[in-house]
Amino acid sequence: MVDVSAAGLLQRRSLVPALLADRGDLLVIAGLGAPAWDITAAGDHLLSFPMWGAMGGAALMGLGLALAQPDRRVLVLTGDGEMLMGMGALATIAVQAPKNLAIVVLDNERYGETGGQVTHTGLGVDLVGIAGASGFTNLCRVTQPAEVPALRDAIHTALGPFFASVKIDPANEPLALPPRDGVYLTTRFRGALLGDAAHLE
Amino acid sequence: MESEDWPDQLFALLQAHRVRQVVVVPDAGHARLIRRVAASNDMRLIPLTTEEEGIAVLGGAWLGGQRGVVLMQSSGVGNCINMLSLAATCRIPVPMLITMRGDFGEFNPWQVPMGQATPTVLEAMGCTTGRADTPEDVAPVADAMLRLAFNTYRATACLIGQRVLGAKTFGK
Repeated sequence: MVDVSAAGLLQRRSLVPALLADRGDLLVIAGLGAPAWDITAAGDHLLSFPMWGAMGGAALMGLGLALAQPDRRVLVLTGDGEMLMGMGALATIAVQAPKNLAIVVLDNERYGETGGQVTHTGLGVDLVGIAGASGFTNLCRVTQPAEVPALRDAIHTALGPFFASVKIDPANEPLALPPRDGVYLTTRFRGALLGDAAHLE
Repeated sequence: MESEDWPDQLFALLQAHRVRQVVVVPDAGHARLIRRVAASNDMRLIPLTTEEEGIAVLGGAWLGGQRGVVLMQSSGVGNCINMLSLAATCRIPVPMLITMRGDFGEFNPWQVPMGQATPTVLEAMGCTTGRADTPEDVAPVADAMLRLAFNTYRATACLIGQRVLGAKTFGK
């Protein structure tokens, strides 16, 4: 069961392991900051690509990956600040309509890495609404623990492009840092997905 | 092959280099190449809202085992600056075919600052550049930049000079 804070909000460090439970051959891109730490705390994985920069690019990396691997499921797990920086991505992805791509925004309504400044989602901007207006037809809003198992299943089975926002508690959790060498992260992911032939490309 | 066939020569190069994802913010100079890509069964045309999106898309494509190329005009280079960190840090092949504005005989003053800064900005982000100022040079320079990107895992740019394209004059 996913934990809830005193404020009644989902706690990210029990939410993310629930979303990644029995991940199978799921391919995971995590946006920079806390989502990258969250997937690491849940257990680093060869088929996870935690980003340390390129803010605004996570969902689009998911697009390129989903188009290249149409038979695999791709999850982009990112924060509200990271998603807000690249909102045009929602239009670009909706136009391409990859059936195997799920984007899940962990929305704490804060820039958590820089002092907790409020983001636009804390001031009324609705990312799910923007995704819907962009052409995503499969949308989900999660605020309660009971809704999490269905979201976990949707990541694996929903007809994409799928977009979900999960409102989470803004507390900063202990750092759980993944490897930060981009060449290592890229090479291990390609090797795990494509085999040794990837290194002879 | 006639020298004005350089867009078709670029299309043949994309085929030869096994490019599968073509990310685009349009420029008039690339119109013919974009039409060829759109009609291709082997390549996916991915229109963008801003050029930096394309760098990230190509990063994901590379993780998934596909090659891509960026088509844009020089004004889009400034939009890409921070996202080029992805190519530099992760050593991802990101070849860019860039049509120049603010260059040879430009009419529009608003195009000039970014056009003039384009090579400097690309080089500042670790991107290797080559330049073609005659139609005959476009395909050889593009081929060299595609090879450099895919064989040595980096961002490269082929700058196609406005002298090749002709400056837009707005009837003046």
